This record gives sequence, C-alpha cells and structure tokens, in this order.
Amino acid sequence: MTMASERSENFPIHDENPGPLLKVRDLRTTFTTPRGKLNAVDGVSFDLARGETLGIVGESGSGKTVLSRSIMSLLPRSGLEQSGSIEFEGIEMLSATPDVLRTLWGAKISMVFQDPMTSLNPVVRIGRQITESLRLHTGMDKTEANAMAVSLLTQVGIPSPEQRVRNYPHQLSGGMRQRVMIAIALACSPRLVLADEPTTSLDVTVQAQILDVLAKLQEERHMSVILVSHDLGVVATRTDRIAVMYGGRIVEIAPTDRLFRAMAMPYTKALVASTPRLSQPSHVRLTAIEGRPPDLVHLPKGCAFSPRCSYATDKCHSEVPPLTASRDNASHLFACWNPLPSTPVAITTTPGSSAS
Amino acid sequence: MTRFVLRRLIALIAILFCISVGAFFLIHLLPGDPTVTILGPNDTPENRNALLKELGLNLPLWQQYLTWIWNVLQGNLGQSFITHQSVSKIISSAFPIDLELIILSQIMALGFSIPLAIASARRPNGLLDRASTTTSFGMLAIPPFILIVVLVLLFSIHLHIFPGPGSYVPFQQDPISNLHTMILPAIVLMVGSTTIYFRLLRADLIATLQQDFITVARSKGLSDRYIMWRHALRPSSLSLLASAGLNISGLVAGAFVVEYLLAIPGLGFELVNSIQQVDYLSVQSITLFVAVVIVLINFIIDFLFTVVDPRIARE
Amino acid sequence: MSNIPTAADSIPALTGSSDIAKKKRFDVGLVFWIFTLWIAITVLAAIFASLLGLQDPNQGNYDILNQGPTTAHWFGTDDLGRDIFSRVIYGARVSLTVGFGALTIGMIIGGTLGMIAAYRRGPVDIIVSSASYVMLAFPALVAVIAIVAFWGHEIWKITIIIGVASIPLVFRVVRAATLSYATRDFVTAAKSQGATDWRIITKELFPNVLPAIISFYLIGVASVIILEGALAFLGLSVQPPTASWGNMISESRTYLSQNPWLVLFPSLAMVFFLVALNLIGDILRSTLDVQESQL
Ligand SMILES: Nc1ncnc2c1ncn2[C@@H]1O[C@H](COP(=O)(O)OP(=O)(O)OP(=O)(O)O)[C@@H](O)[C@H]1O
Ligand SMILES: [Mg+2]
Repeated sequence: MTMASERSENFPIHDENPGPLLKVRDLRTTFTTPRGKLNAVDGVSFDLARGETLGIVGESGSGKTVLSRSIMSLLPRSGLEQSGSIEFEGIEMLSATPDVLRTLWGAKISMVFQDPMTSLNPVVRIGRQITESLRLHTGMDKTEANAMAVSLLTQVGIPSPEQRVRNYPHQLSGGMRQRVMIAIALACSPRLVLADEPTTSLDVTVQAQILDVLAKLQEERHMSVILVSHDLGVVATRTDRIAVMYGGRIVEIAPTDRLFRAMAMPYTKALVASTPRLSQPSHVRLTAIEGRPPDLVHLPKGCAFSPRCSYATDKCHSEVPPLTASRDNASHLFACWNPLPSTPVAITTTPGSSAS
Repeated sequence: MTRFVLRRLIALIAILFCISVGAFFLIHLLPGDPTVTILGPNDTPENRNALLKELGLNLPLWQQYLTWIWNVLQGNLGQSFITHQSVSKIISSAFPIDLELIILSQIMALGFSIPLAIASARRPNGLLDRASTTTSFGMLAIPPFILIVVLVLLFSIHLHIFPGPGSYVPFQQDPISNLHTMILPAIVLMVGSTTIYFRLLRADLIATLQQDFITVARSKGLSDRYIMWRHALRPSSLSLLASAGLNISGLVAGAFVVEYLLAIPGLGFELVNSIQQVDYLSVQSITLFVAVVIVLINFIIDFLFTVVDPRIARE
Repeated sequence: MSNIPTAADSIPALTGSSDIAKKKRFDVGLVFWIFTLWIAITVLAAIFASLLGLQDPNQGNYDILNQGPTTAHWFGTDDLGRDIFSRVIYGARVSLTVGFGALTIGMIIGGTLGMIAAYRRGPVDIIVSSASYVMLAFPALVAVIAIVAFWGHEIWKITIIIGVASIPLVFRVVRAATLSYATRDFVTAAKSQGATDWRIITKELFPNVLPAIISFYLIGVASVIILEGALAFLGLSVQPPTASWGNMISESRTYLSQNPWLVLFPSLAMVFFLVALNLIGDILRSTLDVQESQL
C-alpha cells in the first residue's frame, strides 16, 4: 500500500483524540411549511465512535435525509429551526459559522448522495470535480491533485482512470458515477462520511460492488461512516450499529448483531419483513408495512407508530414511549411500551464484511 | 466534428440560396421605379427605356437574378444605380461600424447582466433581486428611440458629455473621438440586451442552484463565489447564449434607428437609404450580405452550445 | 433539421424564467389588476376616442404654440398648437391597431401552422419548419422596411406586413409549446378513443397551449408597437397629420430643448402601455405555468 504512506503524509490522522467522533444530543430540525411546523428530526441523540459504521434505516419520509444533512449543517437556512447539539471533533456544528463549516466540509466530513445521475455537474470534467476539493483543502498543486484523482479513481475501481478524468459525467454509467462520487467524498480522507442511500438508484449487483468499495476504503482510512438506507438488508451486513428511525425519531438503536437477535420494536420487525432478500425467489410478495407513515406536522398522540401497530395498547395511544436501554444490554435502546420477546430474526449477518 | 461542420454547411448553403431568391424577388416584385429616382419624375419614356436597358432591368427577372448571383459568386456585388459606388465598398465602410457598435454594446451588456444576475440569484426575492427585476421590467419597455431622445437631451444638449447627432468620426481618422461618439449609441443598444440577458440568466441560475450537484459542490466546502462561477454559471447560460445569438443577429443592420437618429453611416443606415432610393442592387446585395452574417452568427452560436454543454452532441 | 438547439428554438423571454416562488392558485396580486385596468382604459379610450368630446387632434391654433400643460390642454400643445392630450389618445389608435392587428394575423396563421406541425410531425412539420428557419434567417426588419417603403404607409398595410413577418416566430413558439403536449398521455388516450385530429387539436391541445400563446401574444404586441414607432422615425408609418405615438415622439425631436413636454407625454403613454403588456404577459406565464405542472 504505497498510497497509504503517501496519504498519511498529507492527512495526518488524529485518532489519538479521546471520545466519540460525533456527539448528537436532542437534535431537532423543524421546517416552516404552509401547513405548519414540520418536525423532520425530533429529538435525536446518539454517539458515533471513530471508525464505527452506523446504519440508519426507516421508511421513506422518516427523516433520514434531513438528519444526515442536519449533521453536516448543509440544509438551506431559510424557514429552518434547529436546536440541540451536534459536536463533531469538538466543534459545535449548529453554531459554527459558514467559514468554519467550509473548512470541515469535504475535508473532515463529507457526503455521498443518493442519485449519482444528478449529483455530478454535467458540464464539468470528472477530474476537476475530484481535484477541486483536494486543491482547496490540502493545497496540492494541479499536477499533484490530478495524480491523486487518478489514484482515487483506481481505488474505487474505475478502469483506465487516466482517460476517465477527462470525461464528462454523461459518458459514465450510473454505477461508475457513484464510484466517482465516492472518490469525491473520500478525496481528502475525511473522518466521517455520510452516505445517504448511496445505492438505491443502482441495480442490485452494482449495489454490492459500490458498498464493498466504500467498506474497503473505510477500513484503509479508519473513517467513520453513517450509512443511510430504507433497506435493512443493505445495512445488515455492513454496519456495527443500526438506528431505526420513525417519524423523525430514533425508535430503536442497537449493535447490528444484537438488533437482529433481539429486536424490540414491532416497527423494526415490520421493516425487516418488508425487506427484499436476494435468497428469496423474486415472485414472493413483500409485506409492505400496513398503513401510512405519520404526518410530521400533526404527529399522532402517544407512540407515533401506534396507529399502525398490531401490538398497540391504550398506553401506546396516549403516552410517548421514551428511548430506554434494554434490561439485558445497555447498548440496546428502544422506545416501546410493548417490546417483542427476544427472538432472533433470520437476516444473515456475515461477520467481517463490516468495517473495523 | 467534420460531419457536424459538413451538415451545417449544406444547410447553410441551402438557406443562403433561398434568401438570395427571396431578397431578389422581394425587391423586384414591389412597385417602385428606379428610373424615377435617377432621372426625376418628368423625363421621357425613351430616356427611361434606355436607362432600363443600360442597367439590365429590361431583361426577364430570372435572367436578372442569374446575372446578379453569378456576379455575387465571383465576389462582385455590383454598383449602386444612384451613387455609382460599388456595393462592396459601401459594405466595407459601413459594416465595421455595426461591428464596433455590436462589440461595444454586447461587452457592456454582458458585463452588467452577468454579475447582476449572479448577485440577484444568490438571494431570490431579496432586496437587490427585487430592485433589479423591477428595473429590468421598466427598461424592457423603453423603446430605443425614446431612450436615445432622452439620452441626447440629457448628455448632449444639457451636460455636453457626449457629442450629439451628426458628429460621427471614422475610427481610422481619430480612434478617441470615434469611441467618444460611439458610446451613446452603444449604451442605447446595450440597454435592451442587458435586460433580456439579466432576466434569462437570473431565472436559469435560480433553477440551477436547486440542483443536486450544487449541494454536492457545497458539501465539498467550496466557496459560494466559486460555486456560482464554476458550477452554476455554465449550465445556466444556454438561454443566454441563444438570446445573445438572436440579439446580435438583430443588430446587424438592425441598429438602423439608432444609426439614423445619430447619423452614423452603419449598414442599417445605408440600407434604409438604399431602400428609400429604390436602389435595387444595393438593397439586394446588402440584404444578402446581412443574411450571410446572420447565418454565420447562428453557426457560431450552435457551435458554442456544444462547447458550453458537452451533452449536446456534435452530430 | 438536426437535434442541435438553434438560437431560434429558445426564444428568450418565452422559454426561460419560471421562478421558484411559485404560486398555487391564480393568485396574481394587485399589480396585475392595476395594469390590466390600465390596458383596458387605453384600449377603450382609443376605440371611443371620437365619443370622448376631445379637441380635434389635427386642428392647430397659432395662438398657443408649444405650451406646457394647462387646464384647457392637460398635456400642453405642440408646435402647431394642437392639443397633445387628444393626439396621444388618437395616436393610441394607430399603435394599438398595428400592435394587436399584426399579432392577431401572426397568431391565426403561424399559430395554426405551429399546432398542426407539432401534432402531425412528419413531412408537414419538416417542410413548414424548414421554411420558418429560412424566413427567420432573412433579415425581417429589412423586409418590413422595404415592403412598407414600396407598398405604402396605410395603417392596414403596415399591419399586414408586420403580421406576415411575425409568422415564422409565432410558428416556432407555438410549435415548441404544442410539442410538449402532443406526446402526453391524454392526447394519446384521445387518439385511441378515435377522436378526430380536428377535435384533438381544438379540444385537447389548444386549451393547454393557450396560456403560453396569450403571454407570447401580449409580449409580441409590445414589440410590434415598438417596431411601429421605429418605422415612424424613418417616416415609414402613418403620415402626418395623423397622430401615432411613434410619429409624435419623432416630430418632437426638433423642439426638444424648447418644449420637452412634447416628447414626454407620448413617451409616457407608450412606455406605460408597454410595461403593462410585458408585466401581464410575464405574470400570466409564471402563474399559468405552475398550473400546468400540477396536472
Ligand atoms: N426543505 C424541506 N422543507 C419542508 N419539509 C421538508 C424539507 N425537506 C424534507 N422535508 C420533510 O421532512 C420529512 C423527512 O424527509 P426526509 O427526506 O428526511 O425523509 P427520508 O427518510 O430521507 O425519506 P426517503 O427514504 O424517501 O429519502 C418529509 O416529510 C419531508 O417532506
Ligand atoms: Mg432520503
């Protein structure tokens, strides 16, 4: 790994700092909409350790994207209210000035977006889109940055990278473009990568390749990754921990293997049941979760999932369950009045394929 | 690339042929008699016929057309019936004036509209945006002839900053005075272009800034300024480019009102003169020349499209 | 021709600009209604000018040359002692007739061709489109000036000439607007139910392209009014003593320093009217565009 030695010269890794890389406390993100205040993220707290991979899953509209953009402080400021705290490497993101944020973005914390077809600028060559953050954050000159771009493209598995840097995005396939997006996100060896459904718009075989590339590079560089998906199957094999979101809240969070052994929330179970599996014949119908996701402007009373939950009791309909630790495992938290009995669920977690 | 040029060239030639036919017959089928202009209304029919013969106007129309086009293809645009000046000479002295006006006015227009559109698009509905959008509406509604009357009244008659009508000095003779006289007409021509460019670019920039790739660029930590100029401007400039093409084409011989009012002997000025004097050859040759220039401008704009947006195939 | 967008395919001020601040209903605001009212007043005053009890616009009075505004002559008098207020209103007749008349001609011919070409495609489209390209490459202003100079300056001739000259541009705009609908589901559905071409064009396509057409119509009328003014400056519009906004402004040039009122009032009348047309056209487009995208 000659690259690794080169890189560590350019990007000294300060993992010696103690404590978690990211500390989120009671984060609330509220949009002002014509219908009223919309609580897209509603009191989320968690820590992320260095080198850890956290999966965030949840139905469409559960607030995953808003959460990850909030962590990055990348949301448009107009009509936005935020409270709580996001501490990244000791910097409070919510009160950071744009200038401070710009020194973090791309350098320390970066993002892989959902749709590679619209995430690359169609009129700028691939090479420049990779090198511009390198030149900005690391002070490399043009030749160094270009060489780095070629090596990054090699690392994400793009053949003949010397030619590709001169290409425009429309000359690349969707899978290749997402590889480029990963190269862009990892260019400056950030400490944290937020991958917001990085593979949703790609076909299944390509999905696995892309996630493998991401996992490989994460391990090499000892980065933390937040992997967002609405597909539990995607995150099951590639994360250390999983947070399940519903209605803007984290309703269950646990180490990955623990979650699948002893999931407590009926919602998590329903999510698992609605996850397509490669092993399943394709004609088997997925059980979609019954009912509609909650209206975030007018959340139902009590547990937000209660209207759709077959285990719901009166208490569920009237009182919001707090996020509390499981009796037998302090790292397993859930917000449910009637947790499921611990029965392992059949999603195979291949040990070792997740980073660190 | 070669195929792109080749196909365009063939289309170009076809269009130019049609225009030459159009220009020729348009002029000749219209009522009006050049002999009246040349000999005056009271000359004898014999003299008239002799003149018609001399000018070749007694031949059948198709023969006249062929003679004309044959000469044009050999680079001979003919002579004015009235002044006996060669049309090539008229064009070669008048066209540079149009060119100068176009270059001056377009540089000013782009120089104003691009930064203004960028500043406005940054905060849509902000103070600057609303002020400039409203102003641009007002400007759009001021016809060039009113503008010129007002500007002459203000700058020439009252303030004596710019020379008034009729003070044109050729560039070769005195570049400084020439530029001095050309600023006022260039400003008049600039105003119309600026408002249109501003409005188009602002709207397209606002749309582009909503795109995912702009969020990606922000997430790299790039500055707003860099994002605007490097990422947003180029994909937003297609309408601007198209309209610049239309504007510039329109200004070739189309600046006649300004030229006429300020007595600047540009192509439009010459053309209006020739039309009023029923000077067949000058009108049809100048028209053909203008058409060639317009077609060339469109050709260049089409090419620029493929440069600005690599997705537009050069097929 | 080819799939390369040419300058003529994206006519500025028509294809561009749809703002992000989109409104939901036909909520156009006070400004819209004020300017609509202004247009209505101008149009009605022009039509019923002879019933308004105005002074004769062409009757001079040598006792009151070049006067500023007075109670007897609200806008003052010109170099022949004629009442400017009355001339501005009568002048509106010319500008408005040419403006609305020419665009109506252009719309009827160019608009119909545009819809047919976009709906039928094939050879019809190719022929008409190619013809429009050729006509657009022809310096239209030159043609207009030449024909007006040779044929005559009567108001109806000017109207017809400008109207015909506007056909290729109208054609391209309407064709482009129709094309975006001609392949939509509801058109295909109507076709499969055996609707006749005529029915589809009039009942399905026309109502949908109407917003684009109306806003182009208004902005087009504004440009033609400017063109008529330019012709007046070359002495190629209606001949004196008949008033038009253009020739009033043009004549006033000679007396600019003695009597600035002369240029002020016809210019204001013209500019206000043009602002109103442009503004209404723009508001209609951005408002109606949204409804279309909500379909
Ligand atoms: N800028 C915004 N203004 C108002 N509401 C917003 C905005 N962005 C997101 N929302 C709302 O916030 C809620 C959460 O959206 P978010 O995009 O985070 O969901 P998600 O979990 O990422 O869903 P998906 O799986 O579809 O990506 C949604 O109800 C959405 O409508
Ligand atoms: Mg999302």
